[in-house]
Amino acid sequence: MNELALAIPWLGKRNPAAARWVVMALAIGAPLIAMLFGKTWVRILDFALLYVMLAIGLNLVVGFAGLLDLGYIAFYAVGAYTFAFLASPHFELHLPFWLVIPIGAACAALAGIILGLPTLRLRGDYLAIVTLGFGEIVRIFLNNLNHPVNITNGPQGINMVDPLVLFGWDISRPLKIGDEITVNSLFLYYYVFLAFVALSVVLVQRLQVSRVGRAWAAIRDDELAAKAIGINTRNMKLLAFSLGATFGGAAGGLFAAFQGFVSPESFSLMESIAILTMIVFGGMGNLAGVIVGALTLTALPEILRYVAVPVQERLFGHVLLDPEVLRMLLLSLAMIFMMLLRPAGMIPAHSRYSKPELVVGKTAAEAAK
Amino acid sequence: METLLQQTVNGLVVGSVYALIALGYTMVYGILGLINFAHGDVLMVGALVALEAIRLIQLHAPELGLVPTLLAGLAVAVVVCMILGYTIERTAYRRLRNAPRLAPLITAIGVSFLLQTLAMIVWGRNYHTFPQLVSTTPVEPIAGVFITPVQIVILVVSAVLMIGLVLLVNKTRLGRAMRATAENHRVASLMGVDTNKIIAATFVIGSALAAVAGVMYSSNYGIAHYAMGFMPGLKAFTAAVLGGIGNLAGAMLGGIVLGLVESIGAGYIEDMSFGFLNSSYQDIFAFLILGIVLIFRPTGLLGERVADRA
Amino acid sequence: MKRTFVALAVLGLGASAAQAQEVVKLGAAAPLTGTQSHLGKDIENGVRLAVEEYNAKGVTLGGKKVKFEVMAEDDAADPKTATTVAQRLVDSGVKGVVGHLNSGASIPASRIYNEGGIPQISPASTNPKLTQQNFKGTFRTIANDVQQGLAIGKYAATRLGAKVALIDDRTAYGQGLADEVDKAVKASGGKLVAREFTSDKATDFLAILTRIKSQSPDVIVYSGMDTQAGPMLKQIKQLGINAKFITGDGACTGEVIKLAGDAIGASAYCTQPGLPLEKMPGGKDFNARFKKRFNADVQIYAPYAYDAASAIIEAMKAAGSAEPAKYAPFIAKVNFPGVIGTVAFDPKGDIKEGAVTVYQFKAGKWEPVQ
Repeated sequence: MNELALAIPWLGKRNPAAARWVVMALAIGAPLIAMLFGKTWVRILDFALLYVMLAIGLNLVVGFAGLLDLGYIAFYAVGAYTFAFLASPHFELHLPFWLVIPIGAACAALAGIILGLPTLRLRGDYLAIVTLGFGEIVRIFLNNLNHPVNITNGPQGINMVDPLVLFGWDISRPLKIGDEITVNSLFLYYYVFLAFVALSVVLVQRLQVSRVGRAWAAIRDDELAAKAIGINTRNMKLLAFSLGATFGGAAGGLFAAFQGFVSPESFSLMESIAILTMIVFGGMGNLAGVIVGALTLTALPEILRYVAVPVQERLFGHVLLDPEVLRMLLLSLAMIFMMLLRPAGMIPAHSRYSKPELVVGKTAAEAAK
Repeated sequence: METLLQQTVNGLVVGSVYALIALGYTMVYGILGLINFAHGDVLMVGALVALEAIRLIQLHAPELGLVPTLLAGLAVAVVVCMILGYTIERTAYRRLRNAPRLAPLITAIGVSFLLQTLAMIVWGRNYHTFPQLVSTTPVEPIAGVFITPVQIVILVVSAVLMIGLVLLVNKTRLGRAMRATAENHRVASLMGVDTNKIIAATFVIGSALAAVAGVMYSSNYGIAHYAMGFMPGLKAFTAAVLGGIGNLAGAMLGGIVLGLVESIGAGYIEDMSFGFLNSSYQDIFAFLILGIVLIFRPTGLLGERVADRA
Repeated sequence: MKRTFVALAVLGLGASAAQAQEVVKLGAAAPLTGTQSHLGKDIENGVRLAVEEYNAKGVTLGGKKVKFEVMAEDDAADPKTATTVAQRLVDSGVKGVVGHLNSGASIPASRIYNEGGIPQISPASTNPKLTQQNFKGTFRTIANDVQQGLAIGKYAATRLGAKVALIDDRTAYGQGLADEVDKAVKASGGKLVAREFTSDKATDFLAILTRIKSQSPDVIVYSGMDTQAGPMLKQIKQLGINAKFITGDGACTGEVIKLAGDAIGASAYCTQPGLPLEKMPGGKDFNARFKKRFNADVQIYAPYAYDAASAIIEAMKAAGSAEPAKYAPFIAKVNFPGVIGTVAFDPKGDIKEGAVTVYQFKAGKWEPVQ
């Protein structure tokens, strides 16, 4: 949990224990604070947690193992569609979520292996472009597999996906405690998602310092050397792909249940890029950084939407740059400037097994010193 | 038969545009080992700048003929794109030249999206009509095959530019310096080659080709908009890989082959798959080819470089 | 500890809702920024006009005089933003919502309105699925794609030629409409000689058009947006294909005329749900009032938004209450002369007798035929 403490820059270094408590308190209290600004913000937080899970998963592949994956959203799609297939009126199947989410995650892991097997010998930019192609192929198939046999329902997507039901308790309905108090389902989703995120954090943290994590770090930093000291690079890379995909798949299942509707347009290339930006922005290879990056870049566009538009109207009388444009501008500038000026991200990795400068390299200024 | 011939012509035209764009990718990759993701977006900037210039010319000097107007618009676009290419290399890529692979690649994706966003701010999200300065009315059909003057221009211009580029690389001092830099930066610079200048020149030439490709693309379809460069860019990259990245002749061959595969594939996939697949899968051909080539013959059709280069 | 916080938060919200007793808020949700902002603004203004006119007349519900207010929200034409916007509207205690523009936004948002118990009337979303979810409070004032697809298919097969080629853009809109056209063509005795596909980002259609040409159809139906239909018309001409061309409302715009340049002619047709403004029963008068109030022209959807807002207020009047739970059942029963014609809904929530108009390209613009 020490790494989480780093999310709070000043306190994190001095008093990790206190910082840890602050982080936990924030995580638990966040929706209550958000509630002060309206339920909308609780919903945004729910989405933010899904992105956190995706960022954690992608970080496993890119940050830990150094394999640039531009088609990561495909695994999210696999998870979401698996959930929709097995728990919706589409095939008249309504399996419980504790069965469906693991199945979805497993399918995603399988997809990860299928993608990984042939592409293992590719490195760096070739791998990036092949994974990008893979992401698009998955989306195109989802969009077209309604003919000749209707499997995915094509561009129409699958509607009326079952909500999460915990032990017979449907969390998409408000929870009533006594007569007075009702807890909105958005809160319930938040805490379910939070549980998943916490589980992912713990898992990934254990993984990072395990044999596997160290092997990944070795492969990332120097593949030839890693091979020379007896690491089975092929299996390790496959493991990274499939484990990363597992997180994507699980997040996809949660997304399907939360949104109640899946369609291919939610899984575009732009989403893959957005998740990549999140981990670049926060700090590749570093859990706290990745989480902060995901939260920041999910919340910022929403904040922009409600700040930038009124401000521009006040200043210029009309909206010059609409929020979507600002968001794109922000994402692209973040990618360029983070690489040029702060390649290790907002919160650089400090752990023993991740040397940020080896992940993305020193800037010219640093190199000159 | 008529249909097959027509599909072949369709494929050749699209393919030669791909080939022209692919040259830019392959030159940069050959020298820097970098996929310049923003290359497709330079094409978009070229098309939109030409559009803007042509509008201005038509407004202020309507007496200028069609062809001079187009050439003037093209010249403006080429110059702007050359400056743009130089700026991108200087500000975004040069500092990362010695960094591990991931950094420049992510920067390149960032530059690509930045160019799109800026174009969206300047030109809006709408499709613009690109003025028809070369006719798109088909000439008299030959053997039942329809072809338009603008398509003929595209075929001729692409061929001329490709030959010109091959001559430039193989016969001139600059070309020799480029080949030396591609072979080995450090040794080239020890031999008195100003590698920074050579790399900048590569970007400038590639961007100029992209500008020409952009203007031809827009004249052919009559449209221009902020996101028009991304897909052709991606496909052209595929073409470059297919032909053997870093290899000029390979890029041309790859472009043509990809154009033909897409066109004939989309036209016949339904018959070939007994109605199971159809033209909705048109866009996966490029990605499938890319995957297959990289997995089974990473050097591409004509490439000699070893796989480890990637 | 946690529970107390939630309780406080919930109570806080209750109090703020209680203050707004005299004022009845209606939501208007549409893309107010981005490429479709002019259409979104059209919807917002339609709702505003209705509300202002009812306020001027004065409405009394259950003996109390009420004042209506509009709360406009921007969904940016994006499904995910639409759900946050819907949540915001439900939170701030609106009593009814007119929106959204895009089906892709309306459908996910409808679930949130349904959970919040707030009736929603879309003035523009034509996807049949919107009203097929069995939500009691989801309605629309525009004809849906089933009705439009039927009209296109029938018109194509019976008036334009028996051999039909059909292309769609593999979006929810394009594919949904195309499936209805497909059925209607066959039902009207036409023959579907080719069914081809493209994407909403494509610019080159030569491959599929060449294939279509080999089947020599009498008419090509395109189900998609104007940004593809424009270049497609050019390429049809380029390949020397001699067929009529018809599209749905996505390409029934001025944009397609601009993009197609000299390749568009009298053989091009398109359809638009609803009647043209000048043929609507209250169209002329509405146009004048709209222009006077906003100093802008009606784009497309203002009359539908106006009638949607009116339907909500009429239902409130019939119920004598602005409480969604009380007045919602009355929306299904409204029957009044609106701008677009008689406003009344079928059991699913679709407008009864939704009209579809066929237009033909004549002298530089789309002119209604029939």
